[in-house]
Amino acid sequence: MQLALGHDGSGRQAATDGVGGGGLAMGGAVVWAVFSPFRWDLTLGNMKALILVGGFGTRLRPLTLSRPKPLVEFANKPIVLHQIEALVAAGVTQVVLAVSYHAEQMEQELAQEAQKLGIEITFSLEEEPLGTAGPIKLAQSILASNDEPFFVLNSDVICDFPFAQMVQFHKQHGREGTIMVTKVEEPSKYGVVIYDDSGKIDRFVEKPQEFVSNKINAGMYIFNPSVLKRIECRPMSIEKEVFPYMAEEGQLYAQELQGFWMDIGQPKDFLTGMCLYLNSCKINNSAKLCKAPGIVGNVLVDPSAKIGKNCRIGPNVTIGPDVVIEDGACIKRCTILRGATIKSHTWLENCIIGWKCIVGKWVRMENVSVLGEDVIVKDELYVNGGMVLPHKSIAASVLEPKIIM
Amino acid sequence: MMLKAVILIAGPQKGTRFRPLSLDVPKPLFPVAGLPMVQHHIEALASLPDLREILLLGYFPAQQLQQFVADMMATYKIRIRYLQEYQALGTAGGIYHFRDQISSGNPDAFFVLNGDVCGDFPLQEMLDFHTNLTTPSLITIMGTEATRQQSTMYGCIVEAKDTHQVLHYVEKPSTFVSNLINCGVYICSPDIFKRVGEIFNSRQDFYSDDSEGNESIQLEQDILMPIAGTGQAYVYTTDSVDPSAVLGPNVSVGKNAVIGAGVRIRESIILGNTTIQEHSCVLYTVVGWNSTVGAWSRLEGTPCDPNPNKPFAKMDNVPLFNNEGKLNPSITILGCNVSVPSEVIVLNSIVLPYKDLPRSYKNEIIL
Repeated sequence: MQLALGHDGSGRQAATDGVGGGGLAMGGAVVWAVFSPFRWDLTLGNMKALILVGGFGTRLRPLTLSRPKPLVEFANKPIVLHQIEALVAAGVTQVVLAVSYHAEQMEQELAQEAQKLGIEITFSLEEEPLGTAGPIKLAQSILASNDEPFFVLNSDVICDFPFAQMVQFHKQHGREGTIMVTKVEEPSKYGVVIYDDSGKIDRFVEKPQEFVSNKINAGMYIFNPSVLKRIECRPMSIEKEVFPYMAEEGQLYAQELQGFWMDIGQPKDFLTGMCLYLNSCKINNSAKLCKAPGIVGNVLVDPSAKIGKNCRIGPNVTIGPDVVIEDGACIKRCTILRGATIKSHTWLENCIIGWKCIVGKWVRMENVSVLGEDVIVKDELYVNGGMVLPHKSIAASVLEPKIIM
Repeated sequence: MMLKAVILIAGPQKGTRFRPLSLDVPKPLFPVAGLPMVQHHIEALASLPDLREILLLGYFPAQQLQQFVADMMATYKIRIRYLQEYQALGTAGGIYHFRDQISSGNPDAFFVLNGDVCGDFPLQEMLDFHTNLTTPSLITIMGTEATRQQSTMYGCIVEAKDTHQVLHYVEKPSTFVSNLINCGVYICSPDIFKRVGEIFNSRQDFYSDDSEGNESIQLEQDILMPIAGTGQAYVYTTDSVDPSAVLGPNVSVGKNAVIGAGVRIRESIILGNTTIQEHSCVLYTVVGWNSTVGAWSRLEGTPCDPNPNKPFAKMDNVPLFNNEGKLNPSITILGCNVSVPSEVIVLNSIVLPYKDLPRSYKNEIIL
C-alpha cells in the first residue's frame, strides 16, 4: 500500500502505483510520500538520499518525548535539516527518511520544509527495525529509479557535510561505494577503517587493541544503485554484512572528512557537537554568530530572543526563538530551546533547556542537566545533572545526577 | 551642561597626620594603590563627559606640583591648573578667594573634593542625583554609612529619609548624632559664592582690626552647619547593600560588608568586612569576617536545626560524620578571610580560615 501526503500536510490520500515508482510495498512496509508543489522528472538524473532516522531517539530523552529526534533543534535548526539542506546544496532533489515509527508532526513539518526547499521528502516506514542496511532495500524503488549514485546518512551525525566533494571523489574512483571516515583520538573504542593511499579500503577492525588506524566510519556513504544487489529486505547491518564484502572485492573507498564531526545522539555529545559547530561557524566567519555586549565567545541567538541587562552569555551557547533571558543571568555551554524563560541571576552551565521551560531566579544548573518540554524550576534551586521529564515542576534541589519522572 | 572641579590639597604645614611619610613627598602625591593620591580624584573626574577643568587648590610651592600637573594633563587630556593660596584660607575661604577662576565660563555646577579621601567616587551618579532634585540644591554632599563609634570622627549628617535634604550637620561630635558621614565630596551650585561672600563680609566687619587668620572659612562648620535644615543642602548616600539585592528571611549582615547587585541571601549570617559579589546566592551559610565571594557563586548549606516554632523543639546533636565516614549535611561555614572564586558552588561544607578556594566543593571540610 502506498499513501501520498499533500505538501500542506492536511490531506492524506491513496496514491496511484505510479507515484515514486512501483514495488515499494515490500515486506508489508508502508511508504508515505510527501510531494512538493512542482514534481521533478525522475529521469533527469537528480540525486537521491536516504537518512536512517530509525527509532524513538531514546538516547536523547527527555527531549525526544516531546519531539521526534530529527526535529530537535541543534543550533536553532532541526537536526535533520542540517543534513537535508547540505544534501540539497549538493544537488539532491529527493530525500527518503527511514523511520521505524509514524510521527504525524514530523511529516507535517518536513512537508513544509520540502516545499520551501523545492524538493521531495518521502517517509519510508519499517514495520520491524531493519538495521542499517535493510531500510536501503526498502526504499529501492526510489533510490534505484535512475543510475545516479545515492547518499545514505546516519541521522545523528553533525559536521560540515562535504557532499559535493564526496560525489566528486566517488565518481573519480568509479567503484561501487564511498564512505566518509573521520579521525578519532581513541580508536580502540570504535571500529576502525584501514585503507591505502588511493582510499581503497582493505578491511575493518572492530575495537582494535593495538593501533592499526585512527579513522572511523563517519556514518555518511554514497553508493551506486548496484549496491542494492548486496542487500536484502530483512534486519541487516551495513557495517557487518555489506561493507566487508564490498572491501574484499575492492569496491569500497574511504574519503577523509575535514573539520569537525560528532554523533549528537545523546545530551552530552549534543552539547559537545554544539561547541564544535559554533567553532566551525567562527572559522568560516559565519554572520550567524552574535556579537553584542555581554556575549562571550561563540554564541548563537535567535533575533526574536530577549536578553536582559548585566548578563554574561557564552562561550558556546545557543538561544532559540522567543526565549527570554532576564537581567543578570550567566549561561555557558548550553542550548536554550524555543520559548524558554531564564530568570534573573541564574547560572547555567552544560544544560539543555527544553521548549517553554521556566527556570527561576538564582538557580544553579550544571553537569549535563536536561529539562524536557514545559518544565518549571523554582527559584534558588540547585540542579546537578538532572534529567527532567516534560511538564514537571521542580521544587527541591537535585544534588546528584538522576532522572526526575 | 558645563562642569568644573576643585580638589582641595592643602599645603606643607598640613598633612602632619601623615608624617613621616609626607616629609619626603607632598601628601597629595603620595602613592595610594600605585597612583599619587590625587590622581584617583583626577581619574574619576576625567571620566565625566561634561567636565571642563580641574583646579587643584592649596598652598604648596607651585614647583612641587608643576611636573605632576603637566603629567596629568597629558594622561587624561583635560585642563588642569594649580591655584596657589598665599596662606591657609580654609576649605571655603580658598574656594571663595578663587571664585572668579572657578566661575569663569559660567559652569552649571562644580565638584569640590577633599584631596585626602579615597573611595569609589560615583561622581556621575551623584551628579544625576544633584541635577534631578526638584528643588535646586546649593550644595550636595556625598554621604556614607559608618559605625556608631566611627561616626564621631567625621562630619555627621542627619537627612530627611524621603527627600534626602540635610536636616542637621555637625563636625566630629562628641556624642553620637548619626552614622551617615560626610565623604568630603560635594557638588556646589555657583550660588554658593553668595553665601560664602556674606560670611566673608561679616567676618571682615568683625575682625576689621585683626590682620591674621580672619579669612579662614571652613566649608563644613561655616557653610554646611548654618544651611543644614534650610532645604538648600542635600545628601547623596552611597550604600553598601545594593538595592537590587534580596535579603531574608533571617539574614544578618555585619559592619562594612558589601553586598553586590542582584545578590540573594536567605537564612544566613554575613560577618563584617565581607564582600558578596553580584548575582551570588547564599543559603543557610555563615560567612566569616573579611571573606570575599565571587560573582554568580552559590554558598549553600542544609538546615539541620530544629524548628524553633515547634513546641518542645530540642537541639539535635547530630555527629559531624555519618556511618560511612561522610560529612553529615549541615550548614555551610566559611571561616574568616576565605576567598571563593566566581561561578562555583560550596555545598554543605566547612572552610577553615585564610583559604583561597580554587574550585567547587561539596560535603567537605576544607583545611
